[in-house]
Amino acid sequence: MISLSKAENNKPSAGERNVNDFCLTICSINGSGSATANNTLLRSLFRMGIPVSGKNIFPSNIKGLPTWFSIRVSKDGYLARVAHDDIIVQMNPGTFTKDIAYNVPGGVVFFADHIKVPHDRDDVIMYPMPVRDLIKQAAVPRNLQDYMENMVYVGVVAEMLGIDLNVIKQTLLSQFHYKTSVAESNFEIVQRSADWAKNNLEKRDRYYVEPMPALHEYIMTDGNTAGALGAIYGGFQFCGWYPITPASSMVESLITYAPRLRQDPESKKNNYAIVQAEDELAAIGMVVGAGWAGLRAMSSTSGPGISLMTEYMGLAYFSEVPLVLWDVQRVGPSTGLPTRTAQGDLTLNYFLGHGDTQHIVLIPSSVTECFKFGWKSFDIAEKYQTPVIVLSDLDLGMNLWMTKRFEYPDQPIDRGKILWEEDLEAFPGEWGRYLDVDGDGIPFRAVMGNSHKKAPYFSRGTGHNEFGEYSEDPEVWQSLMDRLKQKIESSREALPQPVFHNLPEAKIGLIAMGSTEPAVLEAQDLLAKAGIPTDFLRVRALPFSEQVKKFIYSHERNYVLELNRDGQLHQLLVLENCELSNQLISCAYADGLPMTANWIKDIVSEKEQQRND
Amino acid sequence: MTDIIEETNAIGLARADYQGLRSTLCPGCGHNTISAQIVRACFEMSISPERIVKFSGIGCSSKSPTYFLKRSFGFNGLHGRMPSMALGAAFADTTMKVIGVSGDGDTASIGLGQFKHLIRRNLPMVYIVENNGVYGLTKGQFSATAEQGLELKRQGVNPFLPIDIAKEALIGNASFVARSFAGDPAQVRELIKAALSHRGTAVLDIISPCVSFNNREDTLHSYQWGRQHQAPLHDIAYVPRRKTIILKEFQEGEIKEVALHDGSVVVLKKLDKEYDPQDKWQALKILEDAEKNNWLVTGLLYINPEQPSLYDFMDLVERPLNRINAEDLRPSPETLDKINQGMY
Repeated sequence: MISLSKAENNKPSAGERNVNDFCLTICSINGSGSATANNTLLRSLFRMGIPVSGKNIFPSNIKGLPTWFSIRVSKDGYLARVAHDDIIVQMNPGTFTKDIAYNVPGGVVFFADHIKVPHDRDDVIMYPMPVRDLIKQAAVPRNLQDYMENMVYVGVVAEMLGIDLNVIKQTLLSQFHYKTSVAESNFEIVQRSADWAKNNLEKRDRYYVEPMPALHEYIMTDGNTAGALGAIYGGFQFCGWYPITPASSMVESLITYAPRLRQDPESKKNNYAIVQAEDELAAIGMVVGAGWAGLRAMSSTSGPGISLMTEYMGLAYFSEVPLVLWDVQRVGPSTGLPTRTAQGDLTLNYFLGHGDTQHIVLIPSSVTECFKFGWKSFDIAEKYQTPVIVLSDLDLGMNLWMTKRFEYPDQPIDRGKILWEEDLEAFPGEWGRYLDVDGDGIPFRAVMGNSHKKAPYFSRGTGHNEFGEYSEDPEVWQSLMDRLKQKIESSREALPQPVFHNLPEAKIGLIAMGSTEPAVLEAQDLLAKAGIPTDFLRVRALPFSEQVKKFIYSHERNYVLELNRDGQLHQLLVLENCELSNQLISCAYADGLPMTANWIKDIVSEKEQQRND
Repeated sequence: MTDIIEETNAIGLARADYQGLRSTLCPGCGHNTISAQIVRACFEMSISPERIVKFSGIGCSSKSPTYFLKRSFGFNGLHGRMPSMALGAAFADTTMKVIGVSGDGDTASIGLGQFKHLIRRNLPMVYIVENNGVYGLTKGQFSATAEQGLELKRQGVNPFLPIDIAKEALIGNASFVARSFAGDPAQVRELIKAALSHRGTAVLDIISPCVSFNNREDTLHSYQWGRQHQAPLHDIAYVPRRKTIILKEFQEGEIKEVALHDGSVVVLKKLDKEYDPQDKWQALKILEDAEKNNWLVTGLLYINPEQPSLYDFMDLVERPLNRINAEDLRPSPETLDKINQGMY
């Protein structure tokens, strides 16, 4: 956790009753089984109609290192991370002293009473929880005791904040897939603990939850699950992959859902294949092979995997193979922060490959958009016959988000310019694999298995003419390169267009992408209150739409907000809009954690202030 | 086996229908012999060229797929990474015959990992290694299959022990391992036919001399050394599909027959020694003996026609995946409603 930031401006002052507007962080030890308890609290609040977000800050470790789960409860619907804690549930003696420093004055600490750690905060309210006694009284089998300990804080916190126990019961049932006996034995601990709190703790804090109108338009899931489901509804047929945090859970979701959703209704056999490769070099090789052969092919990886996939991605670009590659971004190479989030792979992906390459990149900002881009990316890849990279990140991919329900695709699957035997037979005039017959830079393609005598060709990276024949002719090569450029350029206005959140009388612009959207939206409100109205453009695809240039042009100053050290989005914007570069200001940082609204508010108002001084 | 060359084969195609472009490899290169035998094998087996797909990595060997079967689709992939590309593509239509051509640099160095994992998955494909112990396209560096002590013009003396591709394949649980010699085209051809009928990865490690950089008479990958030291395990003949599947020995071990998955049979006629190609330990032993005694052992080293292939674990629909209608790939709106409900 980073340094204690100022409390949000719209917070009630200390002592005032706080309803549905706080951050609760559960501090526990990795591997202690706290995930079920944490998700139960999160989902119960959601089911009460209260907007919530949950962020799991976890180490690269199976057991033993500290882990934090932050639940932000926000009646106003703000979903970004906040850098302070109103309420802490402390189960980890190892981080007690450090964690309590993040408590706001007047905040609350629920702590397991076998943890006795001295501290110097006399401005927070301490509630002990007799975790072990309660477990002992409930006669929990020894092998389950550690897990069940977590249900104690669910009960105590529920009682003290006012979370409906019936909702918790329902949530537990669905968490345990309606295995009643397991859900009931967990609920028994919750009930026992809530009863204990009712009889033994006097409420001295100011935090309450109250039900709000049901969030029927929303669901709660993570971006990786959504991306996988999107791929399934987009007709994915082949996935080659290699395990890597934080991308593995996307393919694991494919493995979970595809058998239910993608079996042939009559034969009950699969119309897809998923192969775990020996490394990312092979994963992408499989995907390029499958895409070339006419399958909707995909992979999911993170930065290190992207590095290994680079050469094949370049080959796919030059040989015009459609495929979809998800990069669920994490921090830097090797060990250290593989379980932390970042937006540091943007320029890497845009230009991935050697020689002149430029890829279409889609950047979802919400779980719902992960679903949408999950299917849309295949249509785009096959339309332009080129790889499409979908750029997600750990925060979006692995954390649970309250998000709009998934919408069924509003367009039928578009396989692009593909020719089978009868199409080739009826094809007017000459056909060549790389021959642009209608001037849009996109040739028609036939794939292996097509038995028409005109169909076969031999693919390679460089050195092919319009008929796929080997050629080292300079003119042939140059015209191929020009056509590839034309093809990608022509996608600009057909890709997902930017999303705008404009405020009246705004003179300055904010530009961002991906999972920082909730922080930027909240920051807009904070800045507006501070007298700085802003317009916000969210980039959703590379190459940029013309609308991006217009936005930059129409704002005196545009702050480009992103989670990386070097301001990569800013770099790309300057590259394409060099005549407007003095209207583009980079605001970038990377510390491994999701962006906060306060950081944006502080840096933008500071820079605006400096200008006025 | 017959030597009569017919005008057309059983599906009415001529030999020319199986040819490729003119080779740009050096005249006399062993790879050209192998290409010619691929052409002849496919012609004689009456496989429609459109039902074959070709893959290769990078190197002289990997250029050769354009020199045969011009009526087949193909893809020249990346150095050492042809197996993964072939695997992904093969899923598009599992009824097609897959031929991969690699070299000793492509397979035994940069591609060793993909080679071993291809074998482990037992993807049905013919995997030919055109093995000459040297890097040709980059002008004569040692490859990992070069023998210890080999002296090359600009490279000096190779201090390292070689990687034996056939041994690697056997240890990696390959279901079909053969070694051959480009100087023995008839054997190459019959092995290619058997490999095309095998339901699994068929590894053909073919010593294919490089006339430009590694063909000195006393070196292990040269024509002359091969001719002088070749020790075939058996005479091999491929017999197309028969009505009954046989696997038995008769004539006191004179002839051994191995039935392949598609009903064809490999007939192995005993030469001077007893050899059972279904005994993996004997295969490894003969390779050890060959190394010690300076033999170029050739023939079908090992075969297990019953080893499950990758497809056996995938439970795929009958129709080739790349011919499934777009509308059949998208689940119904009702299923998405259910998913949404489950996530509330």
